[in-house]
Amino acid sequence: MESMASNMQNTVEQNAGASPSTPLLDIRGLTVEFPGRRGNLVAARDVSLALAKGEILGVVGESGAGKSTIANAVIGLLDPPGRMASGEVYLAGRRIDALRLPAMRAIRGRRIGMIFQDPLTSLDPLQTIEAQLLETITAHLGMTESAAQRRAVELLDAVGIPEPSARIKQYPHQFSGGMRQRAVIALSLCAQPEVLLADEPTTALDVSIQSQILDLMRQLVRERALGMLIITHDIGVISEIADRVAVMYCGAVVETGATAQVLARPAHAYTKSLIAAIPRPDRKTARFRLVQQHATVESTARRLDVKTHWLGQRRSFDGDGDGDGDGDSGVDSSNASNAALVELENLCMRFTTVPSVFKSRRRYLDAVDDVSFSIRRGEVFGLVGESGSGKSTIGRLICGIHAPHAGRIRFAGVPLDARGSRRALNRLRRQMQMVFQDPFSSLNGRMRVRDIVAEPIRFHRMAEGAQLRAIVLDLLDYVGLGGAAAPRFPHEFSGGQRQRISIARALATRPRFLVCDEPTSALDVSIQAQILNLLKDLQQELGLTMLFISHDLPVIRQMCDRVGVMKSGRLREVNDTETLFTAPRHEYTRHLLDLMPKLDILSGDGGDGDNPN
Amino acid sequence: MARFLDSDLWWDFKHSPLVMTSAAITALMFLVALFAPQVAPYDPFDMASIDLLDALRPPAWAEGGSVAYLFGTDDQGRDVFSTILYGSRISLLVGFLSVIMAMLIGVLVGLIAGYKGGWLDAVLMRIADIQLSFPAILVALLIDGVVRGILPRGAHEELAVLVLIVAIGLSFWVQFARTVRGSTLVERTKEYVLAAQVTGLPDTLIVFRHILPNVMGPVLVIATIQLALAIIIEATLSFLGVGVPPTSPSLGTLIRIGNDYLFSGEWWITVFPGLALIVLVLAVNFLGDWLRDALNPKLR
Repeated sequence: MESMASNMQNTVEQNAGASPSTPLLDIRGLTVEFPGRRGNLVAARDVSLALAKGEILGVVGESGAGKSTIANAVIGLLDPPGRMASGEVYLAGRRIDALRLPAMRAIRGRRIGMIFQDPLTSLDPLQTIEAQLLETITAHLGMTESAAQRRAVELLDAVGIPEPSARIKQYPHQFSGGMRQRAVIALSLCAQPEVLLADEPTTALDVSIQSQILDLMRQLVRERALGMLIITHDIGVISEIADRVAVMYCGAVVETGATAQVLARPAHAYTKSLIAAIPRPDRKTARFRLVQQHATVESTARRLDVKTHWLGQRRSFDGDGDGDGDGDSGVDSSNASNAALVELENLCMRFTTVPSVFKSRRRYLDAVDDVSFSIRRGEVFGLVGESGSGKSTIGRLICGIHAPHAGRIRFAGVPLDARGSRRALNRLRRQMQMVFQDPFSSLNGRMRVRDIVAEPIRFHRMAEGAQLRAIVLDLLDYVGLGGAAAPRFPHEFSGGQRQRISIARALATRPRFLVCDEPTSALDVSIQAQILNLLKDLQQELGLTMLFISHDLPVIRQMCDRVGVMKSGRLREVNDTETLFTAPRHEYTRHLLDLMPKLDILSGDGGDGDNPN
Repeated sequence: MARFLDSDLWWDFKHSPLVMTSAAITALMFLVALFAPQVAPYDPFDMASIDLLDALRPPAWAEGGSVAYLFGTDDQGRDVFSTILYGSRISLLVGFLSVIMAMLIGVLVGLIAGYKGGWLDAVLMRIADIQLSFPAILVALLIDGVVRGILPRGAHEELAVLVLIVAIGLSFWVQFARTVRGSTLVERTKEYVLAAQVTGLPDTLIVFRHILPNVMGPVLVIATIQLALAIIIEATLSFLGVGVPPTSPSLGTLIRIGNDYLFSGEWWITVFPGLALIVLVLAVNFLGDWLRDALNPKLR
């Protein structure tokens, strides 16, 4: 009854002009359910959030925590069969969750603007930026064509697009990723909304563009006195932009408060461990802290004595013990064993972007342009760069997925090229393996886990029968998954578990060189910490040499001994990790380091004293 | 099995009466066709049991009909019900084998074109484009005509069913090839294929062990829909007189035979085989449509 009365009160206040104490957007006790075949899934549980004018409220949490559900519920766009089971949403004191569709449409876009993750899919590729802006402006504000046109140009100018009157005539594909996100922001501002909902607005963007977009959003919110709800999984984004932050876990808000306070002195156990799990950009730590709330899989892992196990029997690879050599490894490998395992010399790789029968008409993209470096035995070499810098291509060139256009790769002193016999090449291949980025596409969904892991061993005829089965189970134990996983299919596992299967498969041929291509960028922070710890342990126990490819500087700092910085296909700088982070030589490296989200306010030393485990 | 009973596909199936009815009808027609000699009251091709005095009898419920001939008899005194059972046997045989043949060719071509790419892909797909610009029935007619020209007169009667299967099979592979090529292009760039390449697996193993199982879903859907189409094409060819001979009639042949009597009042000779054809094709089509939607996660 009392809440009813206060609702009435709010309505009255709204009619009389909202009082300063009324929050701009007020979410009270919101519960969202997805009824389904296997019972109700509660995506958000009793969530209460309040957003004031000119304030940026960050909602942070891992995937599946219910962050996006809240934004969708606010604008009444829950995916069916989802529905609001209880709770109320107020916009400037007026209740909006029970509105009918036409009334809701008048609020969507008009009073609440939306910014989505992927700027490519939130713009219509077949319409010019102008057409899309004009459509929204005339639909919501009822302006004349010429007034709307003037306003559209002003908006593009306001979001920092140079030469707005010329660029407005262009199509989305003529804009770069960052420009597109600016255009999306302009689009969301068209109707002069009071509230902006931004769902992972910078996740698809490179670091340098991310910081520009965050700056722009902060500036717009301040200038126009908007309220902004920003949803992200990235604590770095939160610490840069949000005034207040709400931490979500399993559909519930576990902690709310001023950003500085929550990040520096988290009160809830989940927040504490989440913050502790973030890779530190400022110094190197021995191991990543784990998020406590999750049932840690590692406790079930049976430790193997690698020295006596099959996995440890890798002597046959090394130069002098090469019993099965049939003369093709002509270069003396013992000679090379003192330093470099993998050497790249003037490597070039170009992709044909415009194919043509005529040579002169073809267009190429130099993905890798004259790159030379070497990876020493037993070290972790990091490659860092923005998307499109060619770092993944280098990993694929080494593993033989692509053939280089020019230059050569040597592995243990033996040049890798297609001219060698297939058998000889296969023996080298078996010594290098790859761990991929996307755990959802890197496993064949039609094969059982045991067959996925066994396939490389079978193919290289390294073991068979009962021994093979035992090895597969041991491998699954070793990566912390347990033998019970063997008869199951990949879709029954979470992203982190799949990445463990992927690692088990990579280890199956007893490689001595492992290429990790963004192995954790698709994973949540807590899972990332587990996987990175696992990779570190493996590297040390098995004496692996690793090429670690990532765009994430803090992760690179924690994982790598030496780092190479890539930009537009060229290697800009190679140096020891510590030197590179403390005294970068190349201008571009300094630029990248500057853009790294500052996490200085994070709670002291990773919550060392707070987590007894 | 437990996995299947728990799957969304089975759940979906159990909650759609239309689909369950279609499945039941399809299964029934299959069984009846398969066991036609045991189920049918007469053997319509046993000359000894046919009595010309029984010719052109109406269905059992009409005036002058006999309980012995449920759907009446045709001009030669054959039981229409029995001829339908034997006829659907031929129709289903031709339909099945031609779709399997089309599937084998199409999947293979699609896998090669999609995985290898380059000029091979271009050549194969242009051939497919050219064939697609002819109606399937025209291609089947052409192949049938060529074979007729090559084979001696007597041999054709015996080989008619085989010729029909090859003709329809060769005119249907394009759909499979295009779909498989498209899926292969997508699967080829997925990381599990890259992982297999890194291990050093040869291309044939990658294609058949890794890619093939992942592109089979849409293939099964097309196969179901094509089965209905193949039955129709067979019926059309037989109706036009270039299909199976009247001595071992399929549903299409029966409709053609009955067509001559349609306007003289003996409607049952053509209507009942026609109804059987419609029911069979509809049921298979419903199954195919459902399978397509059920296997497409976007439509859930």
